[in-house]
Amino acid sequence: MKIERERLELLKEIMAIDFSLLELNLYLDTHPYDQRALALHNGYVNKSKMLKEVYEEKYDLLTHKHVSDCPWEWIKNPWPWEIDYEMGGK
Amino acid sequence: MWIYEKKLQFPAWVEGCDLKIAKLMFAQYGGPDSELSAGLRYLTQRFNMPIPEAKAIVTDIGTEELAHWEIIGTLIYKIIDRATPAELEKAGLGPHYIQHGHDLYPHDAAGVPWTAAYIQAIEDPIANLHEDLAAEQKARVTYEHLIKSTDDRGVKETLSFLREREVVHFQRFGEALRLVQEHLDKKRV
Repeated sequence: MKIERERLELLKEIMAIDFSLLELNLYLDTHPYDQRALALHNGYVNKSKMLKEVYEEKYDLLTHKHVSDCPWEWIKNPWPWEIDYEMGGK
Repeated sequence: MWIYEKKLQFPAWVEGCDLKIAKLMFAQYGGPDSELSAGLRYLTQRFNMPIPEAKAIVTDIGTEELAHWEIIGTLIYKIIDRATPAELEKAGLGPHYIQHGHDLYPHDAAGVPWTAAYIQAIEDPIANLHEDLAAEQKARVTYEHLIKSTDDRGVKETLSFLREREVVHFQRFGEALRLVQEHLDKKRV
């Protein structure tokens, strides 16, 4: 399913930032005193939060933990496996 | 506790409709070294890990494996979604179509259903972590075999991402193993 260009780009940006966060999460699990990695992680936390607020306000909820209008917004299509990511990471 | 986020970890894409690679990718959906085995193995081994670093790493990698399972499922879904029964049959997915239609099912590339016999949890963290290290290497090789078996640029790019994750997980499990060994050595003194 195609989604509008602007939405797809924002979604991919969120996916990329959350991936960086996850990578730092795993690294910090075995290097809990690495201050440089911690600073990077904390920076991405704020960036991710900011972008998700924009995405959820403009397009669709990313989790169900969000105030919803009627009808219940969480069930809206498309679901992640249905989206056409157009050349993926590029 | 888990919560679903309405996004994939990686923007999985397919260029064409290589049904043969869809059939082969079931290796990573429900085969012995699949993302499903990895996720359930690590999440099952969590309970007796002796140090916080190790509890965290098996929990977090186990969780990431479920996201990879979803990516493999997405690739297969995107390829088989529009295929006709005749096309599926021609690609060797005839039996799959008869039993599961266009749904996915956790079986391997040959149709053998997933079993918990693929994974182990045996209390000893050194033994468990060694199994995890081996699992990551086996999954890496499976991805290399898959990448060599298709020309679809989207499938190749997505599988290459997943292959790299196996390498990173191997590194992190190795660090966890070293930390657990140091912890056990200290206890013995």
